[in-house]
Amino acid sequence: MAVVFERPKTLIKKPFTYCPGCHHGLAQRIIAEVIDELGIENKTIGVGPVGCSVYIYQFLDTDFVMGAHGRAPAIATGIKRTQPDKIVFSYQGDGDIAAIGTAEILHAANRGELISSFFINNAVFGMTGGQMAPTTILKQKTTTSPKGREPKSHGFPLQLCEVLSACQGSAYLSRVALTNPKLINQAKRSIKKALLTQIEGRGFSLVEILSPCPTNWGMSPQEAVDWLEKEMIPYYPLGEIAVKEGILHA
Amino acid sequence: MEKKILMKGNEAIAEAAVQAGCQLYFGYPITPQTEISEYLSQRLPEVGGVFLQAESEVAAINMVYGASASGARVMTSSSGPGISLKQEGISYLTVAELPCVIVNMSRGGPGLGNIQPSQSDYFQAVKGGGHGDYKLIVLAPSSVQELITLTHRAFYLADKYRNPVEILGDGMLGQMMEPVVFTKPQFPPLPSKDWAIKGKNGRERKVVGRLTLEAQALEEVNLRLHRKYQEIQKNEVLFEAFGSPEPDLLLVGFGTTARILKTVVREGEKKGLKLGLIRPITLFPFPRDEINRLANQAGKVLVVEMNLGQMVEDVRLSVEGRVPVFFYGRTGGMIPTAETILSRVEQIVS
Ligand SMILES: Cc1ncc(C[n+]2csc(CCOP(=O)(O)OP(=O)(O)O)c2C)c(N)n1
Ligand code: SF4
Ligand SMILES: [Mg+2]
Repeated sequence: MAVVFERPKTLIKKPFTYCPGCHHGLAQRIIAEVIDELGIENKTIGVGPVGCSVYIYQFLDTDFVMGAHGRAPAIATGIKRTQPDKIVFSYQGDGDIAAIGTAEILHAANRGELISSFFINNAVFGMTGGQMAPTTILKQKTTTSPKGREPKSHGFPLQLCEVLSACQGSAYLSRVALTNPKLINQAKRSIKKALLTQIEGRGFSLVEILSPCPTNWGMSPQEAVDWLEKEMIPYYPLGEIAVKEGILHA
Repeated sequence: MEKKILMKGNEAIAEAAVQAGCQLYFGYPITPQTEISEYLSQRLPEVGGVFLQAESEVAAINMVYGASASGARVMTSSSGPGISLKQEGISYLTVAELPCVIVNMSRGGPGLGNIQPSQSDYFQAVKGGGHGDYKLIVLAPSSVQELITLTHRAFYLADKYRNPVEILGDGMLGQMMEPVVFTKPQFPPLPSKDWAIKGKNGRERKVVGRLTLEAQALEEVNLRLHRKYQEIQKNEVLFEAFGSPEPDLLLVGFGTTARILKTVVREGEKKGLKLGLIRPITLFPFPRDEINRLANQAGKVLVVEMNLGQMVEDVRLSVEGRVPVFFYGRTGGMIPTAETILSRVEQIVS
């Protein structure tokens, strides 16, 4: 009998500890599937962030280096420059990558650093209890924007992929969501393309994954998925934002 | 390279790092140490190494973190304002037990300060500076030749103890030229870096920098680090004793200040004063026993620093109130002169 569904080898056999309806676990499972399919589990090194995403190292069976909030792209750079034969990825939340770590991600992209970043955009600081993030959308209520985000005092939601698309070194940038099977398949293709961009030495790659945080959004898992589709996707349109062929550093 | 050559301090550090097997350097320019970067941008690629100018000192120290986790010998350098930015990364390096060498060619502070030599980063280097209960091994060279030998030693100690080592120099040492000899670094063999992250490669995976959320577990981590620091205190103290072995006054100073204090000892001798000097070479571990012994013998201590009184606190802790400890310091980039110090000495002894 053909096996049509099984646990990826690279996913450690233990239950996820994320809240019900959180897509961190789903995203990590898909990354594990792609690592299996590419057969790179033995030479992949993950770099963890600070945030709910930090737990990734407890679920993905690859080597991991965990460091300070927002600095993963710099740490990944240090690893990749020491071990160019390895596949190095960072996994970061929106606070990590688009607030405190903006400089590190921007310059990693601009250098065309041969790393891949997976960016979980849940529009809040999840781990610290739902404060406003740079990606919080207008009118969205958070614990530090209790009346809803408004541009005059809070500024505008940051579209990181679009910002990074201005960097010459960005070879592959894509925004995905995991709210239905079709989108999941697209997301998986994007994650694979990002890692292949690195493997082929074409430049920096990043996949932004829109993800619900039902706990801090104050919603049920289903309401959170609906809200993501109705409110987030219009501001953060899905699809490939930059695809560059050819070898950047050639 | 066994012959004598004339070399600038900053370049001597850079070349010594290469000889010690430093494979990667990450930094961000700042006076008075930029020559280290400039030299290595040329030199490291020649030996198959990596030079990368980072977007900030924050990024540089985290690149160091990644390279060190990969098992490589790696260095960064900066001065005051940049070393401040590295403190976050330094704290993370210590708990992850990642070896690396950090050079601080310090300048006048606080804030932007100026680019004259200073020793006002002693507290930052020796007492923490970043968050948490951690210690750096801190080496204080006082000549260009010693910049070389202590750079060699810094890489050795970093690997031996899996701990970051800071070389605390100053703008004067970095900028001056002196004749030096490049001797081969020779140290006992080190254990292999089997903790380094290199991809699973069919073996069980490794993780550097695990989360430790439970209080008891984190206390254990801290206690383990503490035992390591105690071992460093026991094994690695270095100092130079100069002048009279039975002094009437003990002088204590490190780095550039110790050079001036040697002149004070010699000039004092001409005036019939019996002066001794202890120059701590390791600031952590601090030569507290030796200072205590000689201080008790002399009965009086004068500490001189290019700050308003930082190392003097460790000298006072070393003598535990048994001996009066006097202090003289200049700051903001001012360098104390031998004449002024000598008149201070005469006041104290008379
Ligand atoms: C320097 C520093 N500042 C603040 C924090 C506290 N902190 C921990 S996680 C976090 C935000 C995480 O948000 P995000 O990156 O969006 O991840 P999520 O939890 O939403 O997945 C903050 C501010 C920290 N650990 N370090
Ligand atoms: S707080 Fe939000 S991001 Fe964190 S695990 Fe829960 S749902 Fe996921
Ligand atoms: Mg978030």
